Order: sequence, then C-alpha cells, then structure tokens
Amino acid sequence: MSAMSKEPVAVVGIGQTKHVAARRDVSIAGLVREAARRALDDAELTWADIDAVVIGKAPDFFEGVMMPELYLADALGAVGKPMLRVHTAGSVGGSTALVAAGLVAARVHGTVLTLAFEKQSESNAMWGLSLPIPFQQPLLAGAGGFFAPHVRAYMRRSGAPDTVGSLVAYKDRRNALKNPYAHLHEHDITLEKVQASPMLWDPIRYSETCPSSDGACAMVLTDRAGAARSPRPPAWMLGGAMRSEPTLFAGKDCVSPQAGKDCAADVYRQAGIADPRREIDAVEMYVPFSWYEPMWLENLGFADEGEGWKLTESGVTELDGDLPVNMSGGVLSTNPIGASGMIRFAEAALQVRGQAGEHQVDGARRVLGHAYGGGSQFFSMWLVGDEPPAT
Amino acid sequence: MPEVLKAPLVVEFPFTRSLGPVQSAFLTGLRERVVLGVRTGDGRVLVPPVEYDPVTAEEIRDLVEVAPTGTVTTWAWNHAPRRGQPLDTPFAWALVRLDGADTALLHALDAPGPDAVRTGMRVRVRWAAERTGAITDIACFEPYDGDPTPPGDHTGQFEEPVTGIIAPARLDYTYSPGRAQSDYIAALSGRRTVGERCPSCRKVYVPPRGACPTCGVATSEQVEVGPRGTVTTFCIVNIKAKNLDIDVPYVYAHIALDGADLALHGRIAGIPYDEVRMGLRVEPVWTEGARYPDHYRPTGEPDADYDTYKELL
Ligand SMILES: [Zn+2]
Repeated sequence: MSAMSKEPVAVVGIGQTKHVAARRDVSIAGLVREAARRALDDAELTWADIDAVVIGKAPDFFEGVMMPELYLADALGAVGKPMLRVHTAGSVGGSTALVAAGLVAARVHGTVLTLAFEKQSESNAMWGLSLPIPFQQPLLAGAGGFFAPHVRAYMRRSGAPDTVGSLVAYKDRRNALKNPYAHLHEHDITLEKVQASPMLWDPIRYSETCPSSDGACAMVLTDRAGAARSPRPPAWMLGGAMRSEPTLFAGKDCVSPQAGKDCAADVYRQAGIADPRREIDAVEMYVPFSWYEPMWLENLGFADEGEGWKLTESGVTELDGDLPVNMSGGVLSTNPIGASGMIRFAEAALQVRGQAGEHQVDGARRVLGHAYGGGSQFFSMWLVGDEPPAT
Repeated sequence: MPEVLKAPLVVEFPFTRSLGPVQSAFLTGLRERVVLGVRTGDGRVLVPPVEYDPVTAEEIRDLVEVAPTGTVTTWAWNHAPRRGQPLDTPFAWALVRLDGADTALLHALDAPGPDAVRTGMRVRVRWAAERTGAITDIACFEPYDGDPTPPGDHTGQFEEPVTGIIAPARLDYTYSPGRAQSDYIAALSGRRTVGERCPSCRKVYVPPRGACPTCGVATSEQVEVGPRGTVTTFCIVNIKAKNLDIDVPYVYAHIALDGADLALHGRIAGIPYDEVRMGLRVEPVWTEGARYPDHYRPTGEPDADYDTYKELL
C-alpha cells in the first residue's frame, strides 16, 4: 500500500438535458454544452474553475462523428486543458466518470468536468450494431434478440414467473413521471398496458425495452478543498471499479457475468460494505430490458442466485420499497446510450445529496450507480454517500 | 491449407445532423451566396464559424458577413482526386482566409497544376450552380486577380433556414476473417463444422477465432463437432428485420453442437415456433449453395437434460 492515501472525490455539480427522441434544435456541441453548463451552475463554478475534461460516448458509428472530443473541445471549455475520451460501449458513461474520479483521487487535477452524451437521432444504433461482415452469418435478431435468450435462460434458472419483467417496466415508467429529465413520460401507463404490449423478441415485450434518446449528462468532480466551497451538499465517492471480460467465451455466464460480480465486490471492499442488501439504500442500475433488474440484483449481491425476482415481485425495488431501484425511471425510460451509464452515476449522487426532487428516496445515504455495456462485457460502478469516506 | 479469405466491406450510412443556430446560418448563407463568420469576444472573425469561443468558452452568436475573395495561407496538391471530392480533376487543397476573416477555411482550389498555386495567391469563391445549404454550395475556389469584393452586411437572418443536413459517410475496407475462420468456412462448404481446441483449457471454439479468449494462446488443433446439437436457449422473433427475408414469427436459438464448448446461433424450423424449448435436440438443414445451414430442425431424440447444457448458457 502507498504511504499517501487517495484524495476523497466529491460530486458537487450535476447537469442533464431533458432527454427526448430527437433534439433537432441543437448541434451535438449545443447538446453537451447544455448539460455541462447546468453542472457548472449547480456547482456555482465557471469554465475557468475546471482543470480537465473527460468525456465519453458510445461507438462512433452510433453518430458517425469520429473523435467527437476534437470538435467538442471549445463547447466544453477544454481549450488549453487536458481532455480525454473514454470508450467502453454502453458502460461508457460510468467508466468516463471513474476515469475523471481517478484524476481527482490521484491528485492529478483538483476539479474535473466529466460528461457523456448520445444523439441517437443522428444515426441508427441498430445499423451500427449489425454491420454486414463478409462471410459471416447475418445476426438473426436485433439488440433485443441478442439479450432475449439470456432472459429466457434466467427465467429457467430462477423459476421466476413470466410477469416479473412487466412489473419492472411498470415501476420504472411510473418513476419516470417523477423525473422531469426522463424521456418517456407515459402518464396513462398501467400494468395491463405493459402486459398487453406486443412481444418483440419473446420473452421481451415492446414495453419492456428502452427507448432511443438524445441527451447528455455532466458532473463536476472535485477534491476536499473543492467540496468545502460547494454551495450544495456534495456526494462522496466511497468506492468505484471497472471490470471487463470477453463478449463470448466458453464458460461465460451470460445471465450473471463474473466481471459484474467482481466489479461489485471491489466496490464493496473499497467502501467497507459487508452486506449490500442492508447497507445500501438504493440503486440506479443499467436495465435496458426489464428482466435485467432481477438479473443484476443477483449479480450485484443484493439477492442470492435465483432470488432476485422475489425482491422485484414483493415491491422491495419500488420507489417506496426497502431497496428502491431506478428511482429516475432508469434506462427503460431514458436511453441516450453513451450517457446512460453516467445518468445512473449522477442519479445515485443526486439521491445522497438529497436533490432528486420528486423521485428522492427519504434518507438515502449510500446509493450504488451501475453500468454495463457490450455483450455484458464491460462493467463500471460506483458507490456514493452523503459523508466523506473514512480515511 | 485453404487460402485465407478476403472480401470488400463497405460501411456507409446517411447520418443526419442538426445544425444548431450558427451552422444553420452559415450553411443557409452559402445557399444565398453569402459567407458568414462569427465574431469572438476579442473581436476576431472565425470562418467557418463555431458556436463557442475557443478562448473564453463563451457562447458566440454575433454573425458577420465576409467577402467571397481571399488569400491562400497554405496548400497541398491533390494528384488523384477520389470519389466524393469536390473536383474530379487534380486540384489543390487550400486554406483560404477570406477578406474580413481572421481564420482560414479548407476547400478545393481549381488550378491547372501545382506550379500555378502559391501561398499568398488571391482566390475567390466559385459558387455551385445548384445550392442547397451545404459546404458544397462553394464548388471550389479559383484564382482571382481583381480587386477585393467588399463584404456585405448580412447578419445571418434568412427566410427558410436550413436546420439539418444529411452527411453520408462511407468507409471502404478489405475484410479478411483470418486463418481460423477461413478454415471453418472451407469446411462448411463440405457441410462439416470444424472448431479449434484450446491447448490450455481444452475448450472447443466454434466458430474458431485462432486464439482462446480466456487463455490468450493460439489454437490450431481442429475438431469436428456436431452435426447434431442442443438448443440451450432461444427467443421468438416477432418483428421483421430489414435485411432478412424470413417470415415472422421465427425462433432464433443458441445451439451447442455436440462436442463444442460454446453455442452458436441459428434459426429453428420444422416445428411450430411455440413448441421450441430449451434442451431440444436439433440438426442442420442445408440448402444448395449456401455457406451456412438454412436452419436447424428437431432430430426426434428425447430432449437433453438441463444439467448437460446449463454450463453453456
Ligand atoms: Zn483456453
């Protein structure tokens, strides 16, 4: 161990755009600027207070802008400062925040702006994911088709009743009604409507899939000195980790990937969490298809293997439950792919700052933010709290 | 050993771009034969314009018209224009600082040869005959010996502004699947499925990749697997994919061929879609001339025990 401990990392500014299907009124620069400006305003800081910028987005094919960080440097006030881009597929919003946090923790920089975005309306992610590679058998199903067999495997393994997926979708869409930034605001949502929506890739229904969104999310991360100047309560990073594994390999557990378990265990070890189910108050997890809520509850150690669906079914993960999950409405309600992971991290921070508004969980003191990407290949997570880490 | 395969791969997509206020004015201006720049906090005029001040990071919206005449600040000769470039005869790529601007714009300069181009030469815009609100509304620059044209005083307000453009992107690759996949494909032409065994963990990869992703070692020992296999899991596809000529609903399954340690993907037919189940035993059905089995159908054997394939999920 090093003689000098890490610098504690605080979140003092959070900004999001109102996520929608298409932001035709702004360029990509205008979109990221809006989120960054709101994060600075929240922290009551100016561009000059930022020492470095770390941005992330999903694969370039998703918007067809190669190396967008070059073009976005002036929109993000990065001229004359270090600017880095992070790229880990759908988990990128989480890993981007963790790279930024690492710069603060290592005392390389005092205050870092981190931001992730996607303007899905400018491309077609489905096209970006299914390029016609010569000699290869065409993929026989879309993104949902890729994940649906894993959901069926989970249902078989756990014995979960067919209705659990619809309960998650119904909950997340209702939670989104309390989040002004969420993309989908389905005011007339009912459980019956979710259950009556068409099966796209049986066992995944239309209403149990994520939308395609334009949006950006930004955070200002800073050190203890910066946190002391913060006009609003900071969120403190208590642990953060990333793990990777191959997309496909012999022995891969597609239902509960080892990399996800290892990543969560690392975060809990850093934060001194022995029993996540009891010691963590709420979770913002990356659930692009409803069934991933019970699957990740197990993968993240909140339930034993095969038991995650029972938490969902018994209402534990509802906004007023004992372990609320996706209070913001989650990825099921908002999915600017590159930003989706950072939104999870930022929403976790909003909760412990007591600033989540109508979707605030009373007394949330430790909240987990979770992201994954690729074919369950990349994982990134952080645990934030309302008190600085014990040093 | 079969030869390593190669084939062209073209990746192209018509991306859409929302322009935002500044690029919208700039491109609409070109449509109207007006070149607009933007004034920064310290009074410089940037052409092409940007939305945010590169020095102060402040939002900048003060649009100013510059002249269609200017000076070459540097250039490079393009001997062999490629598809989609502004001119189909050799030309210079030039940075042109328009009169009234403080920065230079990259475009094509039409000149008879590199000897006719020099830094400091005077040029002017040659407008395209048909203009739509795109950078190609400037067809190119051309040498110009006349007096500078004074810039107008347009402020960027236009009727029917362009708010979005289509930006087609195209990448031309030569794709090679490599040695291991080429062997696999060659064997498929004889309707045999041949994977490779990892010398370290002994797992059989189908299709083979030439290396084991967990051990990180090269694989070369060929192992024929199948032809029969077990459906490990599946979904029922109810929406038609754009590029596939398959009637819905159909079953998309993960199939572990006998002897393989990883499932591959295939369609299940020859059985009502709602009777497909995990553990179903299947075999490939080939059609004449196809590289891959058209689909897999039930063999009629009893279903495989869950325990025999649960590690392959
Ligand atoms: Zn191996």
